[in-house]
Amino acid sequence: MRPLSPVERRLIRELPSLGRHMTLSTALALAGAALVIVQASLLASVLADGFAGHGFPTATLASLGVAAGLRALLTWTRGVLAQCVAADAKRALRDRITGRLRHTSPLRSAARRHGETATLITRGLDALDPYIVGYLPTMTATAVVPLAIVGWLSWIDWVSALIVVVTLPLIPAFGALVGRHTAQRTARQWGLLARLGGHFLDVVAGLPTLRAFGRERHQTRVVGEMADAHRRATLRTLRVAFLSSLVLETVATFSVALVAVPVGLRLLDGDTDLRTALIILFLAPEAYLPLRAAGAAFHDSAECIAVAERVFTILDTPDTPGFVGGAGGVGGAFTPMARAPAPDARTAQLHLNQVTVRYPGRSAPALLNVSLSIRPGEHIAVVGPSGAGKSTLLAVLLGFAAPGAGRVAVGATDLAHLDIDGWRAQVAWVPQRPHLFAETVADNIRLGRPGASDAEVRQAARAACADRFIEELPQAYATVLGEHGAGLSAGQRQRIALAARSSWTPPYYSSTNRPPTSTPRARPPSRVPRSA
Amino acid sequence: MTPCSKVTTPAHGPEPHPTVRLLRHLLPYWRRLLPAALASAGSDLAAAALMATAAWLITRAAEQPPLASVSIAIVAVRALALGRGVLRYTDRLLGHDGVLRAVAGFRTRVYEALVPLAPAGTPAFRSGDLLTRLVDDVDCAQDLLLRVLIPVAAACAVAATATTTAAVLLPQAGVLLGLILIVAGLFVPCLVLTLSRRAGREEKAVRAELAILTVDAIQGAPDLAAYGARGRAEERSHQASARLAALERQRALTTSLASAVVLLLQGGALVGVTWLALRAHTGGALPAVHLTVLPVLALVSFDSLTPLPSAARCLAEVRASARRLADLLDTPPPVTDPPTPALLPTDEPLGVDITNLRVRHRPGGAPALDGVSLRLPPGRRVVLLGASGSGKSTLIAALMRFVPYEAGSIRVGGRETRELSECAASDVRRVITGVTQDAHVFHATIRANLVLARPEATDAELCAVARRARLLDWIESLPNRWDTLLSGDGATMSGGQRQRLLLARALLADPPILVLDEPTDGLDPETAAAVLADILDATRGRTTLLVTHARSGLTAADQVLTLDGGRIRTVTQPATT
Repeated sequence: MRPLSPVERRLIRELPSLGRHMTLSTALALAGAALVIVQASLLASVLADGFAGHGFPTATLASLGVAAGLRALLTWTRGVLAQCVAADAKRALRDRITGRLRHTSPLRSAARRHGETATLITRGLDALDPYIVGYLPTMTATAVVPLAIVGWLSWIDWVSALIVVVTLPLIPAFGALVGRHTAQRTARQWGLLARLGGHFLDVVAGLPTLRAFGRERHQTRVVGEMADAHRRATLRTLRVAFLSSLVLETVATFSVALVAVPVGLRLLDGDTDLRTALIILFLAPEAYLPLRAAGAAFHDSAECIAVAERVFTILDTPDTPGFVGGAGGVGGAFTPMARAPAPDARTAQLHLNQVTVRYPGRSAPALLNVSLSIRPGEHIAVVGPSGAGKSTLLAVLLGFAAPGAGRVAVGATDLAHLDIDGWRAQVAWVPQRPHLFAETVADNIRLGRPGASDAEVRQAARAACADRFIEELPQAYATVLGEHGAGLSAGQRQRIALAARSSWTPPYYSSTNRPPTSTPRARPPSRVPRSA
Repeated sequence: MTPCSKVTTPAHGPEPHPTVRLLRHLLPYWRRLLPAALASAGSDLAAAALMATAAWLITRAAEQPPLASVSIAIVAVRALALGRGVLRYTDRLLGHDGVLRAVAGFRTRVYEALVPLAPAGTPAFRSGDLLTRLVDDVDCAQDLLLRVLIPVAAACAVAATATTTAAVLLPQAGVLLGLILIVAGLFVPCLVLTLSRRAGREEKAVRAELAILTVDAIQGAPDLAAYGARGRAEERSHQASARLAALERQRALTTSLASAVVLLLQGGALVGVTWLALRAHTGGALPAVHLTVLPVLALVSFDSLTPLPSAARCLAEVRASARRLADLLDTPPPVTDPPTPALLPTDEPLGVDITNLRVRHRPGGAPALDGVSLRLPPGRRVVLLGASGSGKSTLIAALMRFVPYEAGSIRVGGRETRELSECAASDVRRVITGVTQDAHVFHATIRANLVLARPEATDAELCAVARRARLLDWIESLPNRWDTLLSGDGATMSGGQRQRLLLARALLADPPILVLDEPTDGLDPETAAAVLADILDATRGRTTLLVTHARSGLTAADQVLTLDGGRIRTVTQPATT
């Protein structure tokens, strides 16, 4: 039909089950073709014998039933195998994407448009289904089934076989012509679809704001316009994609007429017998069937390729230079280096030496030649106007951002060479806008120590002065938090984050990004004075 | 802001099935859908007629009649062969156009249903869940038409025509074919539907969970990394992913089983009809030309049934989506406008009088505000202090008519005062607005994020509010300045810049009564104090309610109040009045 694109080759290379799937479906397609030939021959024999008045062919009728049964069994096997391969392939890609996310710099990850990735992982990958279940087996079938059918036809009637041989190549020729056109358009359509997904989430998340300024009606129109733009883009693609199927369909159906009419005329002249004529009539459409199916699946394959490209783009995104990922499982192309164990923060000094950090796309450096020494037990407050680089400083200490120049050292070891998980385990950090997860309040507090008991969770909440409002929530600690902790005030969210920080063994360094300012003190928070 | 009320479960009984309701939303587009269904049926009929006519032609030719007696059949075969492709193209194009139009309309309908629910009436959906809800569920409406309704219509047309033709040729063959077609066309999809109904629901739930986990893993990446919890988060995603794969494998068994059973029934019909035809022919009841036509009819009539099992599976998925959409469309808005809303004055300095206000988030729940009385005199700037959870944000939500109040009153006006519950909520927000809690920064340019508050604002006005919010220097330091694209939740800017942007937007809106919910949230103390001073300066002479926990920088305020436990506890008159 067409050569594999580089993306498809990579897909098949990275998912070895796809290669096995193709080999197996070739064998099953051949078996299916054999059964079709048997069924056509048996039916033609039964009818020709009946026409000629040769007795009652009970045995042949029974064989016809058996052939039909075997075809059904074969179809079931093919379907189950293909769908299992598809389910596993999607799972493998999902896991690689989530594995990759884990090794992306946290700061960059948080800045990513999460809606698009969520769409890709849940719905986008489903584009692989028609490709694996439909397109790949059809493509392997096109390689063998027409050949088998034409071979059989030429055995019984070479004239009809010749007609099929001449018309068959028209289908891939048209298919390739139109397919090249569709691939680009589908890629664009996916872009629009993803944009629409992101737009919808953005608009819905911003609905309270839109209502506050009376702009929700305006967005109704925008939502409709986006959907309409989507329809027009889709139809532009489909008008061309279906044009190819129009040509394929017409060539295939008209070829059946081209085969059937001469056979009828030859029968009139007595040049051939009814049995042969019927076999030709039954088999001729079967020769075109895989090609027609492949033509119909062409559109799906283009969409799958577009999705696979997006997956590979995520998997191939290089890590932020110098970003220190967590150790542990290997995902994507990430290979953890051997790292020195983190020194005990109770005794080790922390040094920043001429540290400079620049963010891509920003002209001014976030930190410029910052030097700082922190001794164990010291309490340090870093003050400065917003945008001065305080958050960046903490990001550097946590290993979220790597200095472009200069050095960060814990004791005598460079932070970049440390077992970063071991280091972070000794740092408590409350970010400016802590993320609350879509879990229960208790689980959010347990983030730092998954095994904490209910009593410990309550104690941590008490320490962060969060116990009172948590107990007033509908299901207290079992309340599942909404988007960004919807239902909680900014201060309450920070208190829960603070409780998460105090739920585990006392932190040695506690880099708190200013929670006290946004949490009015009902009672003095017991752990905040540890702030570095 | 407020603990969200639970989804109200629609009363079952007289209420139509959610799928039927979904269909009702789509059927206004029937004018565009009917031609597509007709073309689809015509195309399938042409394919079946082509094979039947060709079989008749060949068998008749075998009797070696004069050429003239088959010439009509030859023309028919060629015409049907050409017509099939054209009808198919028409069907697919018309079908997609009609369906996408219907879905575009429905998308808007779903959005409109969400509007009155934001923010207090929306159940605690995650954003990932909302995303799948709106994009996935609405797209399921597309599947309902394209993959269920149109193929079913075509299959019925072909099955009916084939059965009638067979019955005309040989009544008992027609009966047999009709029976087997009914079994294949009704029973098999029903079986699939029953088997996959549970799987469809489970799959949706796992997909929604995966979306939430993905959003959490991306947005919460810094928090997870700080705890070394990214591995655990990844593990949970893997588990959800494995569960989804297992469900899909399970589903594979039933869907493929269905197409196999259809094939088996086709074989049965073929053998049965052939046997009946042979017997009738031997008995002299069936002419030889019809002997081949009947088995061919049995074969081709099943071709149009091929999409039915997948249509049934699709329907099972659609039902789960339709139910969730019905839940969403059924959720009553927390605030409804009175039938004849009173007009609010806008042309004079307005004040607000709140007396004995009581607000509950859930009926029967503990009141979030109880007996709150507060006077916001025209042109005065009142600062409301309170601990987290004291109900400050609820008070603002009640003022902006996002949540209803159960008892007490809120009166707004100058010389003439109006009860808020007598006014249209959108009118109220034209008068009372500002920075809300959970204010959103859109994935759009800085300019677009600001002019949202006042579409007709000039560049000079934009610069003026940006300067007053102390945002101008930052904007001008950016490479693309006003056209810098901000990311969805403002993650690309610092907390301070985000708050300043929200403040600039509220200042641009310029409402008669300005409410500011924690406008210095996330700012460092000096900047917060400076911004507060700027706000108080910028709002001089304007009725302003400022809710904050910051205690410094308030010297310029006209009045400072404290809210605690749902009541105004202490009132401090600052030195300057």
